[in-house]
Amino acid sequence: MPMKVIVIQFSGSTCDRDLVYAMREIMGWEVDLVWYKEVTHKLDNYDAIFLPGGFTYGDYLRAGVIAAYTPVMQEVKTLAKEGMPVFGICNGFQILVESQLLPGALIGNDTLRFSCKWVNLRVETSRSAATKLGVKGDLWRIPIAHGEGRYFIDEKGLKELIDNDQIVWRYVNEHSEPTKESNPNGSIDNIAGICNLEGNVVGLMPHPERAAESILSPWETDHGRLYFKSIENFHREMM
Amino acid sequence: MTQETVKKNELNLTKEEKEAVFTTLKRDLTLPEAAMLEVMNSEHCSYKSSRPVLPKLPTEGPQVICGPGEDAGVVDIGDGLALVFKLESHNHPSALDPYNGAATGIGGIIRDILCMGARPIGLLDSFRFGPLSNPHTKWLLKWVTKGVGDYGNCVGIANAGGEIEFDPSFQVNCLINVGCFGVMRKEELALSRATTPGDKLILLGGSTGRDGIGGASFASKNITDESESDRGAVQIGDPYMKKLIIDATLEAIQVGLVAGLKDLGAAGVTCSISETADAGGTGTEIDLEKIRIRESDMEPWEILVSESQERMFFIVKPENVEKISAIFKKYDLPYEILGTVTDSGHCVVKYKGQKIVDLPAHLLTKPPTTKRKTRKPKYLSKLDQKWLPKEPKVEEYNDLCRRLMASDNIISREWVYRQYDTEIGLHSVVKSGEGDAGVFRLQEFGTKRGVAVTFDGNSSQCYLDPYNGSAALLVEACCNIAAVGAKPLAFTDCLNFGNPEDPEVFWTFEKAVEGLADAAKVLEVPCVGGNVSFYNHDEANNVAVKPSPVVFVAGVLEDATKAVNKKLKAADEFIFLVGETKTELGGSEYAKVAYNSENGLVPQVDLSKAKLIIQDIIKVIKEGLVTACHDISKGGFFVALTEMALAGNLGFDINLRRIVADTERSDIKLFSETPARFIITTKEENIEKIIATFARHEIPASFLGKVSSEKRLVIQDKDKQLVNLSLDEINQVWKYRLEEEMEGKKEER
Repeated sequence: MPMKVIVIQFSGSTCDRDLVYAMREIMGWEVDLVWYKEVTHKLDNYDAIFLPGGFTYGDYLRAGVIAAYTPVMQEVKTLAKEGMPVFGICNGFQILVESQLLPGALIGNDTLRFSCKWVNLRVETSRSAATKLGVKGDLWRIPIAHGEGRYFIDEKGLKELIDNDQIVWRYVNEHSEPTKESNPNGSIDNIAGICNLEGNVVGLMPHPERAAESILSPWETDHGRLYFKSIENFHREMM
Repeated sequence: MTQETVKKNELNLTKEEKEAVFTTLKRDLTLPEAAMLEVMNSEHCSYKSSRPVLPKLPTEGPQVICGPGEDAGVVDIGDGLALVFKLESHNHPSALDPYNGAATGIGGIIRDILCMGARPIGLLDSFRFGPLSNPHTKWLLKWVTKGVGDYGNCVGIANAGGEIEFDPSFQVNCLINVGCFGVMRKEELALSRATTPGDKLILLGGSTGRDGIGGASFASKNITDESESDRGAVQIGDPYMKKLIIDATLEAIQVGLVAGLKDLGAAGVTCSISETADAGGTGTEIDLEKIRIRESDMEPWEILVSESQERMFFIVKPENVEKISAIFKKYDLPYEILGTVTDSGHCVVKYKGQKIVDLPAHLLTKPPTTKRKTRKPKYLSKLDQKWLPKEPKVEEYNDLCRRLMASDNIISREWVYRQYDTEIGLHSVVKSGEGDAGVFRLQEFGTKRGVAVTFDGNSSQCYLDPYNGSAALLVEACCNIAAVGAKPLAFTDCLNFGNPEDPEVFWTFEKAVEGLADAAKVLEVPCVGGNVSFYNHDEANNVAVKPSPVVFVAGVLEDATKAVNKKLKAADEFIFLVGETKTELGGSEYAKVAYNSENGLVPQVDLSKAKLIIQDIIKVIKEGLVTACHDISKGGFFVALTEMALAGNLGFDINLRRIVADTERSDIKLFSETPARFIITTKEENIEKIIATFARHEIPASFLGKVSSEKRLVIQDKDKQLVNLSLDEINQVWKYRLEEEMEGKKEER
C-alpha cells in the first residue's frame, strides 16, 4: 500500500504543485492536493499532512500567521496532538511555528535579503518522522529559498530543544561543520529544522521536494528523497 | 449628451491624429473620449513612430503559432506543446520608483503570458545602469532587484536568467526590461478577442485607483526635472493577488469557460474594451459604475485610463457566467460584470445613466503613424574604425586579465540572482549563472523536451554600429541557446532608444531593426512579438541612452537531460575553440577597460557561417560529445574560458598558437569579441568526431590545451607565457565584487 497523504493548498501557497509532483511521481504515493476551504474528507483518513511552501496571504503580515488561524489548521492541530505526522516546508514551517505546533519563531534573514541557494544540512537526529533513515552526521544538499527563515528561540527554549533532541537539521559547511559562513540566514545555533517532542511534527526551511531528483541538483544528488523515504519508514513503524 | 466637451483645438494630439479623429466623428469629444484617445495615441500604446519600421522584421516560420499583435509570441515546441514568451520594458517607472517600477514590470509581463492561456513558469530580466561605483546606480540596482525578486518569488515563478550592462549613458535613464515565458498544450491557446455579440465582459481582480493614471503617456516622453511629480504614474503591485488570479484564470481556461482574455496593462480598461472589440470585429458596451474604485471621487476619465495592477478582462458566454463566478469566489477574488459584446463596432461607456463614450473601436486601436526624419548621427563620423591599441607587453597580461575579470560588465551577477527563486517549479536544469541560457524541463507535461531561454543586449556595439551591433546581438543570443544544446526557434525584442523625434536617434533605431531583421532572416529565427521604448532621454543633461535593443530568444531541446552547462568537468579533458577570430575590438570590454576607447571595428558577422556553426554545435551536444560549452561574448575568449574555470572550480593550461585568426596578436586572440565562437571541452575518445563534424562546413575547431586539476589559469602563445594566475585570486574579485559594492566588505555567505 502506498502512502496516502494530503497537501493543503492555502491562499498564496506556491510550492504545493512541486510537493505533489515529488511525492506522486518520484515516491509513488497517493496524494490529494486540497484547497484549504475545501478540506471535506476527514483528515484522519490520511497517513500524513503536508503544509507546502509559498507566500500565504502574501506574507504581508508575518509569514504564516494568517494561515495559522484558518479553520483547517485547528483540525490539523488537534490531529497533530493525537500523533498524526505533520510536515511543514518553508512557509509550511512558518505556519507550524505560528500555530505553536513547534516552538520558536522564524524572522527576517540577517542579510535582509531573500536568498535562494543550495545549502548543506547535517542530520542531527533520526528520531524525527522525516529523518528516520538519516544517520546523525549525514550531509544532505538541499536548496533554500526564503526571506524570513532565521530561526530564533530564547535561551531556555534552545536548551530544551537540545536536551530533548528536537533539532533535526543544522546548516553546515562542506566539512559538516556548523560555521557562521555556512549559516545562510543567521538562524540561532545554525538550526534549519526542528521537530516537536514526539517527533511527529517536523518543520524545515529548505525544500526537499526540489532535491528529490539528481537532474535538479548541481551535485547530481537526490537527498530530498531521504526526507520522503524517512517518512515512509516512520509510517511503516507506526502501523 | 449634456456634459463637458473637448474641442479640436483643445485636444493634445498631433495635427494628423486630430484629423483622423474628427474626420470620422464630426463632433466635439466628451472629456473621457478625449482622455482615451490621448492615451491610445501615445507612443507607448500606438507605436506611431516604430510601426512604419517594424514590418522589416521577419515574423513567419513553420514554428510560429502567434506572431506580433497578440499579447505574447507563441511557438510550437513539439509534442503538442506551445511556448509563450514576451519581453517588455518598464524603464520610466523604474527610473523614478525602482522598487514598484520593477515589480509591476514583472506583474505586467506575467499577465501577458497568462492571457494567452499558459501558466507562466520562468522570468528573465535585463538591467542597464550607470557605472556600478556610482551611489545612484547602487540605489537603483538594490531596489530594482528587490522589486523583481519580491514580486516573482511571491507569485512563485522561477528566475531563468538575465543580463546587466553598466554604462554612463544609463545614469539617469536606467533600462529595466523583463521577460516571462510559459508553456501550454496548443489547444489551450486563448486569444484577446471578443468575437460574439451577447458575450459578457467581466473584470477580475484588484480595484481601480489613481495609480498608473497616464502611465503610457508618461512613458512616452523624456525624463525631465519635473518627472518626480509623475510618481502617480507608477503603479503599485500585489503579487499575492496575482498568484490567485493566475490560478483562477488557468482553472477557468481548463474547463473551457473563457471565450476571450485580455490583461489590463497600458491604458487600462480603454485598451481592453477597444482592442478586444477591434480584433474580434465587434463592439463593446460597459457600465462604468460597475467598476470598483479605490477613491470615491475618481472622474470617469480617470477610471477609463487608470493602469492599476492585478486586473484581468474576461469575455464569457452568458451561460458560463455563473460557473466562472464560482471559480472566482473559490479564490476570494472580486469581479464585476461590466457589460456586453455588441455588433456595433463601437466602444460605448455608460455612467450614471448617460452615454459618456461612443467611439469606433478602430479609432482607438489604429491611430495614424508618424513618419520620423532620420539622419546619420554626427558622432559616428568621428569614430576611427581602424583603431588598434599598441600590443601589450608580455608582462602586462596578468594585470589586464585581472582588470577585465573585475570590471563592471564581467563580474558575477550572483548577488542579484540569489535574491530570486531559481528552483520553484522543479524545471531548472541549467540554472542562472550555470550556462549561456536557462534550460527548463517540462516534466508536468509528460515530455522529455525542454525549453532554453536567454536575454541579450550589447549597447556598446550598437552605439558604434547599430546595424552590425544588432545583427551580432541576435547571433550571440542564438549562440547562447545553442551552447546549452537547444535549437533557437524565435525571438521577441525590446527596442530601447532615446527621443524618436530626434532624427539621429531615429536613424539608429532604423539601423538596429534592419540588423535584427537581416540576422533573423538568415538564422530563420523569426520575431514573434516585441515592445518599443522611446524617450529614454535625460533632458536635464541632454543624454540619450545608447541604442539598446534587447532580445529574448527561445529554443527547444528534444531531451532536456542532454543539456550542457559551462562548468569545466574534469582534469585532462580537451579544450577546443570553434570558429574564427577576427580583429574586432569596437565596443569590446577590452577596449573599454584597458584603453577607455570607443573606437575600433564592431564585429561584422558572417551570418550564413554563424548559422552553420550554431547547427553543428547543437549536433555535437546532442550526440553527447561535449562535456561543457560556452559561447564567446563580453571580454572575448579569455573571459569565456575563465568563466568556465570559475564555474567548475578547475584550472586550464593552453596555448593560443592554433587559434585560427586574422592576426598574430595575442591580445586580439584573447579579447576580441567576434561572435559565433564557442569553447567546448571533450573527452579524448570524442575528438575525432568533433573535428569531423566541424570540418564538413570548414569551420575551424582548434585544440588549445587541457583542463587542469591545479587551480591555475595558464596561457601561452607559442613560446611566450602570457598569463599565469591563481583561480582563487580571480574568484575573489569576480565573485564577490558586486556583493561588496552593494553590501560593503564582509565574510562570505
